[in-house]
Amino acid sequence: MKRRIQIAALAVAMLSTANAHAAINVVTSTQDLAAIVKEIGGDRVTVESLAKGYQDPHFVEAKPSFILRLNRADLLVAVGRELEIGWLPALITQSRNSKIQPGSAGYLDASQNAKILDIPTGPITRAMGDVHPQGNPHYWLDPGNGRRIAQAVQGKLTELSRGDAAYFAQRYADFDRRLSEATTRWKAAMAPYKGLKVVTYHRSWTNFADAFGLDVIGFVEPKPGIPPSPAHTLNLEQEVKRQNVKLVLVEPYFDLKTPNAIGRDTGARVLVMPPSVGGVKEVNDYFQLFDYDINLLVSAIKALGGR
Amino acid sequence: MIVIAMCASIRRVTTCACVAGLSLVAVPVLAQTPPGGAQAPAAGAAQPVDAQQVRLELERLRQEFEAIRDSYGARLAALEAKLDAPIQSTAAPAVLAGQPSPGAPPGAVEAPPGAGEPQGTLPVYGNSSALSKIFNPDIAVIGNFIGAVGENTVDRAPALDMREAEMSLQAIVDPYARADFFLAASAEGLEMEEGFVTFTNLPGGLFAKVGKMKQQFGKVNTLHAHLLPWVDVPLVTKNLLGGEEGLNDSGLSVSKLVLNPWFFLEATGEVYQGNSGVFQTHERSDVSWLGRLRGYRDITEGTNLDVGASFARGHNDVGPDSTTRLFGIDATVRYRPLRRAIYRRFLGRTELIWSRRGQEERDVSAFGMYLSGDYQFGRRWFAGVRFDRSERAYDSSLVDQGPSVMLTYRPSEFSQIRGQFRRTKYAEGVTSNEALFQFLFSIGAHGAHVF
Repeated sequence: MKRRIQIAALAVAMLSTANAHAAINVVTSTQDLAAIVKEIGGDRVTVESLAKGYQDPHFVEAKPSFILRLNRADLLVAVGRELEIGWLPALITQSRNSKIQPGSAGYLDASQNAKILDIPTGPITRAMGDVHPQGNPHYWLDPGNGRRIAQAVQGKLTELSRGDAAYFAQRYADFDRRLSEATTRWKAAMAPYKGLKVVTYHRSWTNFADAFGLDVIGFVEPKPGIPPSPAHTLNLEQEVKRQNVKLVLVEPYFDLKTPNAIGRDTGARVLVMPPSVGGVKEVNDYFQLFDYDINLLVSAIKALGGR
Repeated sequence: MIVIAMCASIRRVTTCACVAGLSLVAVPVLAQTPPGGAQAPAAGAAQPVDAQQVRLELERLRQEFEAIRDSYGARLAALEAKLDAPIQSTAAPAVLAGQPSPGAPPGAVEAPPGAGEPQGTLPVYGNSSALSKIFNPDIAVIGNFIGAVGENTVDRAPALDMREAEMSLQAIVDPYARADFFLAASAEGLEMEEGFVTFTNLPGGLFAKVGKMKQQFGKVNTLHAHLLPWVDVPLVTKNLLGGEEGLNDSGLSVSKLVLNPWFFLEATGEVYQGNSGVFQTHERSDVSWLGRLRGYRDITEGTNLDVGASFARGHNDVGPDSTTRLFGIDATVRYRPLRRAIYRRFLGRTELIWSRRGQEERDVSAFGMYLSGDYQFGRRWFAGVRFDRSERAYDSSLVDQGPSVMLTYRPSEFSQIRGQFRRTKYAEGVTSNEALFQFLFSIGAHGAHVF
C-alpha cells in the first residue's frame, strides 16, 4: 500500500514537472556546447548532445537515431567552422525539421562571435592535410570564447522565448561572473609556466595555448588529419630534444602508440588531456574541463621537477 | 565655404587616395547645412543685424565643424593605417567610412564576427563576382580507375579502365529546398547519374525528392560506386536488378518518419518513369512503383542494427502485359567504438532479393543474395569478405556464385587503393579467378554522406 502511494506520488511528480512549462528542446553537436546551453538555459531548456566528449568530433557517424533527435529539436547549436562538415549537414537535411535548417531561427553557429585562430591566409589545398579553411574549430578551449558562445546562446534563447529573457540574462550574468573568477584562478595557476613548450597530437589546442600561454612547437600528426609517419616522428623527436620539450598532449580518441614512442625516446611525458566536456568521466561541465586540464598540466610539470 | 575648408583640412590630414572616400562622407554634411545656411541671410534681411546672434551662430558652426573634422581626421588616419594595397583604397574605404563603427566584440580582432569565409583567400575581381562565387554549388570530382587481371569469359571487363569521373554539384536552392547533381563522365559519354531536388521543409514531417535518382531499393542500389566496400557490385545486383547501375530512374520520392518511442522507422513511397534496370515501359502509364520500410536502432553507443524491406513493381521488356516484381530484405549490423572510431569498425551486411518476372509462358521466380563483412583494423586499413549467390532473372535454373576477399588502403579521406580477389562459378560452367584493383580519388568539396 505504502509502495503504491509512493509510485503514485512519483507519477504525479513526473507529470507535473513535464507539464510545468514547455522547455526549449536544444540539441548540440558537442558536449561542450551542451554544457554552456545548460548554464544559460537552466530549467527552461532540455539539452542533449549528439557527439560524446570522448569522440573525435570530426568523425561522428550520421546515425538515424540522431535524425530522430533533430526532428524534435527547437534549437540546434553547432560548433561550426566546418568541424561537423562530414556528418551534421546530412542529418539536418534529413531531420524534416524546418526550424533547425541553417538560416532558420532554430539554428545557431556558435562560432559567430568567437575568437578564431589559424585562419589560413594564403591559398590552401588538400596537400596541407585536412585544413579548415574557416579557421581552427577547437575554439571553445579558450574561456573567453566560452563567454562569447554563452552570449550567443543567451541571445538565441531569448529570441526563442521572449518571456524568459530576464531569466536567461540573469543566468548569463551569473555564468559570466563565475567564469571571470575561474579564469583568473586558471591563469594564475598557469602563470608560472608561461611559454611552456609542448607537443600536441592534433591541432586541437591552439586556443587553449593562446589563452594560457603554452607554446605548441609541433604536432604528432604531420599534417591535420594525417596519421603519424616515421619520418615526421623522427624529426619531431629531434625537435623535442633540441627544445627540451617535456610534455606531449594527446586527445583521448587518438592512438597512444606514436606519442608513447616519442615519450620513450625523448623522456617527455605523455598526457591524455580531454579537449571536451565528457572527455573523461570527471569532466561534466565547462568549468570542470579547465579545472581538470590545468590541474593535469600543473601536476605533470611539478612531477617533472618544474617550478 | 565649408567644402573649401574641408579640402584644406584634408590636405593636412590625409593623402589624395582618400579624397574620394572623404568627399562621399562630406555629402551628408553638406546636405545638412542648407537649412542653417539659409536661415542666417533670411534673418539678416528681415530685421536689423543682430550681430551677437550671428556671431554665436558662427561660433557654434565653427565648433561643430571642428568636431567633425577631428573625428573624420582620426577615422581617416585609422583607415590609412589599415590600407596596405593602394589600388583597393578608393572603393572599400568609402564604404567603411560611411558605416557606423561596428562595435566589434572584445578580442575579435583576428576574425571579424560572422566571417564565414577564409580571410584573404577569395580572389576579389570586384564585389559582384566575388559574391556570385560564394553562391556557387559545392563541386567535387571523384575518379574511379579499375583494373582486372585473370580470365573471365562471361563478364568481360577491360584490363585497365578509367571507369568514370563522377562530378557532383550540390547546393541549397532556397529556404525550402536543396539540389544535388551527379554527372558521370565515362568512355560512353557524359551521363546524368543523379539529379534531384530535395524538399526539406514540407509540412507533416514529409521529405520529398524529385528528379533522376537511385531508387531506394535495399542498400547497394542506393550507394554511389565510391561508397561501396568492393571494386565490383554483387552478382545479385547484376542478375536481378538489371546490371551495375541497378534501379536508377526519373521520378518522385516521398518519405515520412513513423515516430514511435522505440526505434527509427521510415516509410518511403516512390514512383518512376519505368525505364531502368529490369523495368521497361510500353506506354506512358507503365510507371514503376516502389515502397520501402526501414528500421534502425542503437544497441549500444557503438553498435547498431539497420533493417529494411523493399518492394518494387514495373513492366518489363517481355511485353506490355508482363511485369516484374521485386522484393528485398536487407540487414546491417555496425560496430564502431566511439573512443577508437577512427581506427576500428565492423560492418556486416546481407541483402536477400526475390524477383518474379512475367514471361510469355509462365512467371519466373529467382532468388539472389550476398553476405559481406568489412573490418577496419588500422587507421588506414580495411579488410573484407563477401559471398555472392544469385539465380538469373529470366531462368532460375542458372545460378552464379562465388566468394571475394578485399583489402583497402586509405592514405586519407580523399583517396583509396583497393584490391579484390574474386572467384566466380558461373552457370555456364566456367569458373573464373580474377584479381581486381581500384584507385579512387576525390577532389573538391564533396558533401557529407547519408548513413
